Amino acid sequence: MALLQIKNITRRFGSFEAVKNVSFEVAAGEFFTLLGPSGCGKTTILRMIAGFDLPDEGSIVLDGVDLKDTPPEKRPIHTVFQSYALFPHMSVVNNVAFPLKMAGVPLEEIRAKVRSVLELVHLSEKGGQFPHELSGGQKQRVALARSLVNRPRLLLLDEPLGALDAKLREQLQVELMSLQRDVGVTFIFVTHSQAEALALSHRIAVMNAGRIEQLDEPSKIYGFPNNRFVADFIGNCNLLDATVASRQDDAMTLASEGLGTIIAPAQPGVAVGAQGVLALRPEMVRIFGNEAPPAESAGLVNRFHGKVREYVYIGDVTTYIVFLDNGQKIEALAPNAGSGRARFFETGDEVQVAWRGDAGHFVIH
Amino acid sequence: MKAGSPWAKWVVGGPPFVFLLLFFALPALIVVVASFMVPGEFGGLAPLFPLRGNEDTGLTAENYAVFFGDWVYVQIFAKSFGVAALTTLVCLVAGYPLAMLIARMPKKRRDLMVLLVILPFASNFLVRVYAWMIILGPFDLLFTRVAVIVGMVFVHLPFMILPLYTNLEKHDPVLLDAAQDLGANRWERFWRVTFPLSLPGIFSGAALVFIPVLGMFAIPEILGGANDWLVGNMIKESFLGTRDWPFGSMLSLMLTLAVLLVALLSTWLARGGLSRA
Repeated sequence: MALLQIKNITRRFGSFEAVKNVSFEVAAGEFFTLLGPSGCGKTTILRMIAGFDLPDEGSIVLDGVDLKDTPPEKRPIHTVFQSYALFPHMSVVNNVAFPLKMAGVPLEEIRAKVRSVLELVHLSEKGGQFPHELSGGQKQRVALARSLVNRPRLLLLDEPLGALDAKLREQLQVELMSLQRDVGVTFIFVTHSQAEALALSHRIAVMNAGRIEQLDEPSKIYGFPNNRFVADFIGNCNLLDATVASRQDDAMTLASEGLGTIIAPAQPGVAVGAQGVLALRPEMVRIFGNEAPPAESAGLVNRFHGKVREYVYIGDVTTYIVFLDNGQKIEALAPNAGSGRARFFETGDEVQVAWRGDAGHFVIH
Repeated sequence: MKAGSPWAKWVVGGPPFVFLLLFFALPALIVVVASFMVPGEFGGLAPLFPLRGNEDTGLTAENYAVFFGDWVYVQIFAKSFGVAALTTLVCLVAGYPLAMLIARMPKKRRDLMVLLVILPFASNFLVRVYAWMIILGPFDLLFTRVAVIVGMVFVHLPFMILPLYTNLEKHDPVLLDAAQDLGANRWERFWRVTFPLSLPGIFSGAALVFIPVLGMFAIPEILGGANDWLVGNMIKESFLGTRDWPFGSMLSLMLTLAVLLVALLSTWLARGGLSRA
């Protein structure tokens, strides 16, 4: 049985439905992420799991027990708040010892547990310091240590990396992953950053307007988005409107207005005549000059002519924004391998974009 | 002229400095000197050097000898401190819940509530104290210690509530969420989070109540009756009744020293108690 079962929960604020009939299950030991834009209801769900808010309908079941009559302080669930919420009048050690004191753990045991959890987050030296003396990353680690010290059944993390700078965020992502593996506590992570979600999670629930749009493993979410919202929200994605013209066992032909035919991988449950979009990641799209196709372009069955409108140099890669002859915008990602050149094409260059017949994912409207 | 230049410092800080020197430091010094003088024949101060033959003049430590030589003065001081401490405690216990209640109200309501807290100041202090005579009269409480405490609390309660409210209003509510999340019940959330974080507010509120109450003479005189004298009454009596200015000066100097001692003690406590709030 799953550790946590969310059964058809709905939460209304006045006439606004923040969470609409959401259900999902989280297994023990899982790193589960709720991903979505702000206002999609992910934080509301988190607050209901923590007990600060109650669902209007549906139930939240932990270890087979309905939590509706259990106040937050009695739930074996801890939260890492976005602002850390460290107690400013307590030293690091006293902050971390807080949940143990509340649980009435004997002093000797508290000392040992605090020491070992501070070691775990590499803060053994900082025990006597106060929150205002710590850096953002250190505060974050204290908050984690405090929430993990008495081994909750479930740890909720509300955008815990949101307030940190990019470099530190990456470092803490890695730490968070190994921490979760080491302590074996189930994590429910809330974020609006798709990069964080993809990097950290075992499974991701992509949320929009109070509903779960798709719940799957990161690679499935990225490679096989269920719908236009997910395709658009997760990473960059080219979306080409198309209709299924014919289908074979492993491939199908799409008709796209003004472009012609596109070969795409066949998908179960998609019939001829279905309308939708082909979701195509920029890294799947290759870009060539307008001269005769080079040898490496073999197998790139989809090939269209266009003009470079813009390019964005990021260092390791350059993204070209190409407008095809019918006005369709296509983003193509070119790795800057093999030369120090920032770009191979200039704005206004005539180019060809091409991709393989098994690239992309057709999403029905 | 640049801000922060020595010039700017003197232009900005000079006038208040001179003002305080003339009207605070100098009078305080006069009080110190006066406390060692002898009273004049018809009250006030005797001159330092004899102008006429048979006059008591010069400096003497006799006032201090009288003060330390008689238990009654120490007793009155102790009683005054007791009344001030009790008043402060009652103000704290009565004011804290109200300050907390206001601090947790919606922003718009808070300003109105604060206005209501300071509304009593709109009427004259003496009128308010006399009003208590009328209220307490029928209960046989007039001219008792209880009446004095009631009057003191009534007058000084806003001075406790305001600093408490200012402090409590700044608390981040997410800290209480975190405490609850980590297993603290309502009581533990108060004692381990709200209360320690409010210590600076408690200390400034306590100082604002305790110190004025120590020197207060009007309330004990009106509500306490003839027998319940506090230090304030003694000082007032020395200057206006017996016209023994040196003795009054000595008493007020002792009071100042006592208050300073309490202030030092409370700062020290505050530094240790609130650590880094």
